[in-house]
Formats: sequence, C-alpha cells, structure tokens
Amino acid sequence: MSSKYLIFLGCAIPYRVASYEISARKVLAKLGVELVEMPEFNCCGLPLDPVSHETMLILAARNLALAEQTGLNILTLCPGCAGTLKKVNKILKEDKALREQINGHLKESGLEFKGTVETKHIVQVLTEDVGLEKIKEAVVNPLTMLKVAEHVGCHLLRPRDIIGFDEPEDPQTLKKLIEATGATCLDYVDETECCGAPSVGVSDKVALQLARDKFNHVKAVEAQALITICPFCHIMFDTNELRIERMFSETYGIPVLHYPQLLGLAMGMTPEELAFNELRVDTSKMLQVLKGVN
Amino acid sequence: MTETSTSRKPIKASEIDPKFKYELSRMPGGEKLLRCFQCGTCTSDCPVARFSDAYRPRRIIRMAQLGLKERVLNSETLWLCAACFTCTDRCPQGVEVASVIRVLRNLAAEKGIVPQVFKDQAACILDSGYAYKIPELRIKKRVTLGLPPLPTSNPESICKALKGVKFIETTGKEGEKSEQ
Ligand code: SF4
Ligand code: SF4
Repeated sequence: MSSKYLIFLGCAIPYRVASYEISARKVLAKLGVELVEMPEFNCCGLPLDPVSHETMLILAARNLALAEQTGLNILTLCPGCAGTLKKVNKILKEDKALREQINGHLKESGLEFKGTVETKHIVQVLTEDVGLEKIKEAVVNPLTMLKVAEHVGCHLLRPRDIIGFDEPEDPQTLKKLIEATGATCLDYVDETECCGAPSVGVSDKVALQLARDKFNHVKAVEAQALITICPFCHIMFDTNELRIERMFSETYGIPVLHYPQLLGLAMGMTPEELAFNELRVDTSKMLQVLKGVN
Repeated sequence: MTETSTSRKPIKASEIDPKFKYELSRMPGGEKLLRCFQCGTCTSDCPVARFSDAYRPRRIIRMAQLGLKERVLNSETLWLCAACFTCTDRCPQGVEVASVIRVLRNLAAEKGIVPQVFKDQAACILDSGYAYKIPELRIKKRVTLGLPPLPTSNPESICKALKGVKFIETTGKEGEKSEQ
C-alpha cells in the first residue's frame, strides 16, 4: 500500500533537531511513504496553550484548514504537534459554536476549518500504514547485538480520551517497532514518565532532575541506547546528558537516537546517511557493539 | 516568602471569591473541577511534585475550589506543571487536572502574569510563524543536508487570525524575538 502525507515539521525540528528530520525522511521514502511539504506553515499552537487556549485553537485550526485545501492527511514527527492537531480537530468537529467562532478568525485569510483531514504521528504511520511485517522485510541488517530502552514520552499517549492510541499505562507500539529492527527493547522503571523538557525555562532544576531520573532507570537495565520519537525529549536527553552527568556526578554514556535512526541502521543505511554526526552523545561504542567488536 | 508558606497562609474570608469555582467550571477543561474529592492521586503521580517541594496539583485544585482566586493565580508554582497529563488520565473522579491548571494559567496570563518564555514564543510566532527564531545558518544548512526548503509562513495572515484574542492584544506582543 502506498501512502502519501503532508509532512508537518513543527518548530523544534527545523530549529535544532535536523537529525530526526533527515533520518525520518530517508526511512519513510524507502518504506514507500510519500511526503509532500506543507503549502504554508505556522506553529501548531501547543506552546501557547498554557497562556491562551484560544490562540492555540486558532493556530492549530489554521494549519488544519491549510491541509484541508490539499486533501492530504498530516504526518508529524513531533508528538506535541500530532496531539494538538488531533485534539483541535476533534473539539472543533464536535462543537459547532466553537467551530464557528474559530472560523470567524480564519475568514479574513480565506481559510475555513471543516474537519476533513486526519493527523498521525510517524509511529502511528509506521505501525498502521506501513505495518510491522513490511518493516521486518525491509530489515537487512538486524540489530540483534543491541539492547536499548525506549522513551515514548507523554503526548503520543496522553490524555487517553483525546489521543486514543496504544495503552498509555503500558504502551507497546514503539517497543514492537524497536523489536522489528532485531534489537532487544528492555523494560525499566517509570517508562512512561515525562522527560522534563516542558519545565525547562520555568524550573531547569526540576527538568534536569526528571531527565536524570530517567537516565538512572535506563542505566540500571544496562541499555546501550535510548530511543526517542519526539524532538523535545531528544533535546532534553541528548543535549543535556553531559550536563546532567557533571551536575550530579553520574556517568551514563548512553547515546540517544531517534527511532528512524535505529530503523535506518537496520535497513542498511550508514550512520552518516542517518545524521549520527548531529548527535551530541558519542555513539561510537554503540556502533562498535553492532559490528560485533567489544 | 516561599511558595509553600504562601499557600499555607491562613485563609481570610475576604480573600474568597465564592463564584470562582463556577467561573472555572464553565471554561473548557474546567468542567469537572467540583468533582475533586482531594484523594491526592494527582500529586502522588505527578513527576514534577516528586522534585519540587512546592508544586502540588491537588493543592492547586483545592485553592481553586475554595475560591482563593488571587492566591492561586499569583502562585509561581502554577507554571511548573509539565502538562504530561498523567494526573488527567489517573484521576478517579475524571477531573481534567492538567486542563484545570491550563485554565488557571490562561486567567493569570490575562492579568499579565506570564513567564517570559511564553511572551518570546508568542512574539516569534506573530513575526515568523515559528515558535523560535530559526537562525539563517540553519535555513541555509538545509540545502547541504539535502533537506527541502522550510515551508514559508504568512505572518500577516497569522496576525489577522489572532486579532481580538485577549492574550495576543495585551502581553503577546511584549516578547523578544531574539534567538533563544
Ligand atoms: S486525583 Fe482527582 S480527585 Fe484526586 S485530588 Fe487529584 S483532582 Fe482531586
Ligand atoms: S500534568 Fe502537570 S500536574 Fe499533572 S502530573 Fe503532569 S506535571 Fe503533574
């Protein structure tokens, strides 16, 4: 089955997480998912929800209305964007009065929200559209030597009633995707806990302690890498790992990979092609393990 | 004075707004506020509460129910919530805890109580469509990285769409568009 999506990059990825975009585009292309660029873009709205719910609704609806004009569904790499677009699509479809109010804001720009497109996160597209079988078939270099931990993060799963994907208390989707690469996915304490990123800027101390807690749990099961599917979680872990090690006198040395980087390796792509050089934490030891060198 | 002592100060009848809880209950996300029976599930499962001495979602809900409007809206801890939605998913009473907190933050923001980071993001979005000022270098580097050009945005149309939104008209324009 071929599938075609509008790719919604969001703000964090073009700002500082190119490695996620590069690896995701390469992997999706090889798996037959065609991506079309958004005709026009604005922030999904999530960052401003805390200060103005109405602003968030308008910004999200604006993107949905733009996508509707193309007739294509949206694929996002950021669970925050996916969650927001899904949520606003649902709310505005169900609440006519609110829909009219928001459409009133869009009217002057010639836009109208109708509720005709769906949004999916890449994990959902890989699972539901591509399918585990096809992914396994695409694996030419099974990563059987590797033991990793996953961090699925908050917004792909919660709030349960709005998102309706996987089981938020014990999610399995990302684990299965990881296992499709041949790697072992380890269980650890508090897997579904927040990475801390949303607290950065408000209380860095709380944010870093949350990330440290995660690293401690991941280290305890001797994971050789931590796999993320969110630009914010990735920044939180990859960019801050060394800082956390210094601050709390810990040693982790755990590479933080985007899931498409892991899958790409299994599909035979090179670390260079998958933008490993953009990562902060040293991945050489992990890559050695994959080569069978100890 | 620390946050803990602020929220534990004795309550004076004069600081109670008896209608506050109804005001909140009429706002999207605040509907189920009155159902909270103070079990403490939200606080015990809150990752932020684990690392903060002051942040307690149950206490925020209680202050809202009691009508301690000024106190809760001025509370710095209100901004600590990471919006992870664990509390919303686990509240046995179906209170959308994270959304009640968002409603309270929105009300605080309307009064001009807004951490700088939100002002900056708002200013960036109005100016460029993106929540961060994306450095020119990054945009140029996309070509070398083999990435397609970034989708353009239409700030004029975005500003039109946000016209009349209270937050945007007041605080939203005070941010710095500088690179963060
Ligand atoms: S979990 Fe729900 S009922 Fe229990 S204290 Fe929190 S908001 Fe109240
Ligand atoms: S949403 Fe906020 S209050 Fe609720 S558990 Fe997460 S951090 Fe705590």
